[in-house]
Amino acid sequence: MSNPSNLKYTASHEWVKTEADGSITIGITQHAQELLGDMVFVEAPAVGRKLKAKEECAVVESVKAAADVYAPVSGEVIAANGDLDSAPEAINSDPYGAWIFKMKPDSAADVAALLDAAAYQAVVDSEAH
Amino acid sequence: MGARLYGLALFYLQKAAMTTLKTTPLNAAHRAMGAKMVDFGGWDMPVNYGSQIDEHHQVRNDVGMFDVCHMRVVDAKGDGVRAFLRYLLANNADKLAASGRALYSAMLRPDGGVIDDLIIYFMTEQWFRIVVNAGTADKDIAWMKQQAAVHAPKLTITSRDDLAMVAVQGPHARTKVWEVLPQTKAATEHLINFQAADCGEYFVARTGYTGEDGFEVMLPKEKVEAFWYALSKVGVKPIGLGARDTLRLEAGMNLYGQDMDETVGPLESGLGWTVDLKSDRDFIGKAALLANPPTKKLAGLVLLDRGVLRGHQKVKTAHGDGEITSGSFSPTLEKSIALARIPNEVQLGDTVQVEIRDKLLNAKVVKYPFARNGKGLIN
Repeated sequence: MSNPSNLKYTASHEWVKTEADGSITIGITQHAQELLGDMVFVEAPAVGRKLKAKEECAVVESVKAAADVYAPVSGEVIAANGDLDSAPEAINSDPYGAWIFKMKPDSAADVAALLDAAAYQAVVDSEAH
Repeated sequence: MGARLYGLALFYLQKAAMTTLKTTPLNAAHRAMGAKMVDFGGWDMPVNYGSQIDEHHQVRNDVGMFDVCHMRVVDAKGDGVRAFLRYLLANNADKLAASGRALYSAMLRPDGGVIDDLIIYFMTEQWFRIVVNAGTADKDIAWMKQQAAVHAPKLTITSRDDLAMVAVQGPHARTKVWEVLPQTKAATEHLINFQAADCGEYFVARTGYTGEDGFEVMLPKEKVEAFWYALSKVGVKPIGLGARDTLRLEAGMNLYGQDMDETVGPLESGLGWTVDLKSDRDFIGKAALLANPPTKKLAGLVLLDRGVLRGHQKVKTAHGDGEITSGSFSPTLEKSIALARIPNEVQLGDTVQVEIRDKLLNAKVVKYPFARNGKGLIN
């Protein structure tokens, strides 16, 4: 599966979608879910929490691993995906649909500066050595 | 995303670097079957072939096969082999009366620490077969030879590097093995649990590490790839080390290096049932066990709150702290479960707290195994 070109990415394997109202939706990439394997638990950040870029804010756990999810940019959490409480495996079956949380970013420029799909693919390729 | 890994002690997310790792004769078959390969204690092994949870259910409900060629078969031969094993091991080799019967035992240091856990098969009074863990095999064999040199110098202890091993496990495992090896059926259909038959090139044992029925088959290395593909052709699915870990944890079976090692004794590792302290028999480690009664025990935990129990998490109890030795998500129970070393005074049914990241989550102390023979055993 290729990385959707309408999304932005981080080198730590989060994807970021900019919505019409300027808010952003965050999840983990196809590459990340494939590395982690069968997902069994997701803990999203509390709504209203203020985050700094690269701050640990959510946790995804598979059968074999736990991974921290980082805030892609600074801003405030405005929603968390409660559906993942009972169906964490949605991240495996639909990584770009199963969002984890939404933020109101402090600056749209920070979002624009994230990796595009091609630059993110280069990160993935370099890790595959 | 920054990952912390759990499960089998030496799992890495990185793809295995082929140049430095040891391989089994099934390496090419794993790759051809789409396995995700990982570095498992220096071996290039399959962690899964797709979904670890699907593989887990496949074994509980039907049948699956595991590459366990990295484990080591050792043959101890000569007069007096039984007497030697009676002294070498914490469990009593005298329990083995009928040919083919198998026994699970810990092998202890003089101070009571666990060198390894292993299975011995009694074949004749001149031949016992021993199967030991991969990561400890060289150290185990060196220890056996060192002890034999003193106590049984005429014994030969041979590492059978010419043999491969495949575990076929699940309710339909035996039928599938007979489909592929019909010549072994007569000798193996009456085997009870923990009994083996030597069928010439194939040594077939009704043992395993999943809590399901099945066979472990030892055979010449050059035949194992054909055996693997023949099993696949009759519908036996390959199962990776990931599911092997959740299957054995549900079945309440210890993993060496995680649930016990040289720094802890068998009595605080849930292995009291394998240690005979009442008879007059002396064995290596016995005096230390008698002199140091354990203050901790291994217990089962089921997480009551949301989250996942993992090895090394701290357990807080009314009687002092303990630690999780193995923890994961149980696909059968759809809850998180763990083995934990906790103070003796903690009772079944007590609620304890597990420190997970910055939170204290509630877990219930339960009797394990958690699941066997296709069924969950915890309400």
